[in-house]
Amino acid sequence: MSENRQAIAHYRNNFLKEVEVHVEDGEWVKMCMQCGVCAGSCPLGNAWQHTPQKLFMMIRAGKREEVLSSDSMWMCTSCYNCIVRCPRKLPITHIMHGLAHYAHRLGMAPKGQPTREVARLFWNNLAKTGRVNELKFSLAMYFKDGFIQGIKNLLAMQGIGIGLMKAKRLNPMELLGGHKCKDKDGIHKMIAKAREIEERKQGYAS
Amino acid sequence: MAEMKTAAYICSGCGLGDKLDIAQLGKIAQNEGKIALVRDHAFLCNSEGVQMIRDDIEKEGVTHVCIAACSRRAKTEAFHFPTVAMTRANLREGVIWVVAEGSEHDEVRQEMADDYVRMGCAELKKVKLPQGNPNTTLQKRILVVGGGMSGLTAAFEAAEAGYEVVIVEKQARLGGWANKLWKRVPFKAPYAEPQDTGVAVLAAKVSTHPRIKVHLNSTVAETAGAPGRFVVKVAQESGAVTEEAIGAIVQATGFTTYDIAKLPELGGGQANVVDQAGLEALAQAANGGALKRADGKEIKSVVFLQCAGQRDETGQHLAYCSGHCCATSIKQAMYFKDANPDIDTVVLYTDLRVPGMGEDFYRSAQEKGVIFTKGKASGVEAAVNGCKVSFKDLILDEDTSLDADLVVLATGQVPNAGVNLDAWDKAVSEADGGSEAAKQNKSEMQKISILNLSYRQGPDMPQFKYGFADSHFICFPYETRRTGIYAAGPVRRPMDMLQATEDATGAALKAIQAVENASLGRAAHPRSGDLSYPIVRLEGCTQCKRCTVECPFGAIDEDEKRFPVFNEQRCRRCGTCMGACPVRVISFENYSVDTVGNQIKAVEIPDEFSEKPRVLILACENDAYPALDMAGLSRTVYSAFVRIIPVRCLGSVNTIWITDALNSGYDGVMMMGCKKGDDYQCHFVKGSELAGYRMGKIGDTLTGMGLEPERVSSYEVAITDNERVAKFINEYVAQLVEMGPSPMKGFG
Repeated sequence: MSENRQAIAHYRNNFLKEVEVHVEDGEWVKMCMQCGVCAGSCPLGNAWQHTPQKLFMMIRAGKREEVLSSDSMWMCTSCYNCIVRCPRKLPITHIMHGLAHYAHRLGMAPKGQPTREVARLFWNNLAKTGRVNELKFSLAMYFKDGFIQGIKNLLAMQGIGIGLMKAKRLNPMELLGGHKCKDKDGIHKMIAKAREIEERKQGYAS
Repeated sequence: MAEMKTAAYICSGCGLGDKLDIAQLGKIAQNEGKIALVRDHAFLCNSEGVQMIRDDIEKEGVTHVCIAACSRRAKTEAFHFPTVAMTRANLREGVIWVVAEGSEHDEVRQEMADDYVRMGCAELKKVKLPQGNPNTTLQKRILVVGGGMSGLTAAFEAAEAGYEVVIVEKQARLGGWANKLWKRVPFKAPYAEPQDTGVAVLAAKVSTHPRIKVHLNSTVAETAGAPGRFVVKVAQESGAVTEEAIGAIVQATGFTTYDIAKLPELGGGQANVVDQAGLEALAQAANGGALKRADGKEIKSVVFLQCAGQRDETGQHLAYCSGHCCATSIKQAMYFKDANPDIDTVVLYTDLRVPGMGEDFYRSAQEKGVIFTKGKASGVEAAVNGCKVSFKDLILDEDTSLDADLVVLATGQVPNAGVNLDAWDKAVSEADGGSEAAKQNKSEMQKISILNLSYRQGPDMPQFKYGFADSHFICFPYETRRTGIYAAGPVRRPMDMLQATEDATGAALKAIQAVENASLGRAAHPRSGDLSYPIVRLEGCTQCKRCTVECPFGAIDEDEKRFPVFNEQRCRRCGTCMGACPVRVISFENYSVDTVGNQIKAVEIPDEFSEKPRVLILACENDAYPALDMAGLSRTVYSAFVRIIPVRCLGSVNTIWITDALNSGYDGVMMMGCKKGDDYQCHFVKGSELAGYRMGKIGDTLTGMGLEPERVSSYEVAITDNERVAKFINEYVAQLVEMGPSPMKGFG
């Protein structure tokens, strides 16, 4: 993370510029005209601490800590209602994900935020073999809040698990390594390359 | 003039012949109306019918024509006989289209038609063909007061249209405010960058124009006369006075900015706080380079405070929005961003209002990185290196602050409209009382006058809301209550430069209309082209001054014996003076106390046992009468007991008509006019207001006659009210039926 911190030090006094450079579609934030249609259109709007409208205003006001540690952008379900309705055509959904991603990579995203946890587990599971191991992913989900809670979750879900096994929708042998894609190393190389391109685009290139 | 010969033509087309007894109408015209020549025709407005009338005029020497057919507002081109006096009996829109269908209504329908024919014939006896004001004028030069963007545009447009123009400008050079601007808000696509003002080019075109004469360092010392014959004294700073003969005047005297010294809470008076005009000066000094403060420091951060001393609800500052300031601040923020994109520019606004194509300009500023923050400033304090702006962020709902090298206050426009006539009237009556201080006060007041009109009504045009120069804001924005004098630009309402140039073009066209009408002895808007004009029988005048005071257009002066002096070129022919005159000595050739009075008397009033009430409707010809016609067009049924007489304006209604009507046995009188009050729609500004005032006093007269006050009622009718107007009539007639017949019946 240290090189990231260095890259953004230049913007310390101007969070808007930092967002423009480092956040996906961040250059759109300045175009918001504060009409509030996004806030009114979001089906989960009242569950958010900060609506997109407020997040954009906070970015312009330089509230770096508050924005990046907010859990609001993590709540976005990508319904695209805001994008469709925005009179200024801001790609609001993309900006929300961009902000979440940026906060995550800076390590400022709220700890234990459920969306973030699911995303992290899913990615790690997928990136390992190039295939999603559903059994391991489910288990990782059950045990993410500790061993005791994991056992409770297992017991609660055992009926469904047995049903799935009987219907041949769940293979217990997957626990031992599981199936993978043909060229695992190739996938890892692809992911590394993609990350490199993204880093370059968002100004982290060494 | 040749001897009067009357003729009546009754049309049986458009279903009139099916529903009405045309032969009986003819007999009424002949026997009761005493019309010399009565003819009917199956299709009067076709070429054959019209030719028949034309032949009678030429061969039979007919001088007065009554046409009993459709509304006076219909078929005006077919029934255009400019050499004879004419009246119209409205049998189509006024009778067959509004009386309920069916044979059970035949009797009342026929009675209504009979009465309209009687009324048309009775009116015909009293009208004369208007000859036009003999005092026509020749002067068509246009005076433009003020040489700013509006004035230059008005002058240039009028000159290009072929008229001589005189400009009077107080400053030493043309250009006004525009001279002080570095750039202007864009007025051409793509509306993205500040543009050159172009004032230098326009000023050069004006100064070298062969039809434009420019007076610099000059003011208007006196304006006397009327449209087409104004005599204007132009005073130079040096004291020299030039007299100019003028036909019409455009007042484009612009605005001053609201004084920021009145805004100490927003930093007014501090070294690093300027208004928008102050920032333009800094930008002109920078000449495209980095903007520097008065102390020479280069500005790295700037905050624009919108609505400074505007849209104020406390009553201390301007209550209105000046409309241009949001776009102006955007433009000024661009001055900084274009010189150096790293400069922090924040526009602090509550509502960003960018009319016209301003939204594109706003977007362009956002793209350049100007920050727009929705918030309300609570204070500006001097800080170490500049200012600290405290404000409430209205999106994040928190109190916060910003530091800036410079703060720009977006203050509003204050019109340079001269003397407030309401205050003037008071000052004049106090000065008449004689105290030296009061006289001093009056002459002090006159010093700010712009036109120095030698009118009885005061030295400037009346002021509208918030001290802006007069305007018929709702219906005819360019119109003023001083005929031939038009306000243009920010003196009329707050506006930006683009709106001001459009406004100036409109005012120039109005001025051209005014001089052309005056040269033909005709009325200006809204009765434009009308050749009739008020004729006064001075030997009967009691010098009561009601006409001079009530004339909405200041058309009537007083001579030294306090007799009224009519300036026909200033007159709009509304007849308010006629309605005001208690001794009824004012009339028009084709509209007088007698023309209407005769119609009222011509109606046959059934006796009290007939159960047929009669209601007189005096309907304003501008809105109410068209609404009644539209009710006919849409076949909206209303009571057949009403008899409608169009009037020029409710202001022209003389109370004698009301008392005459009630004396002769009408059961009620309805007055229909335009909306009055602050947002009036009266075409003659004060007419419906005055009618309301006069009718308010008629209650006593009614009680004296032993009548219920409800027998006279007033209605505000807009031109779109065709449904409502029928409802009013039916409800009122029902109310009168309940009240019972007028006790005056049979005494008439």
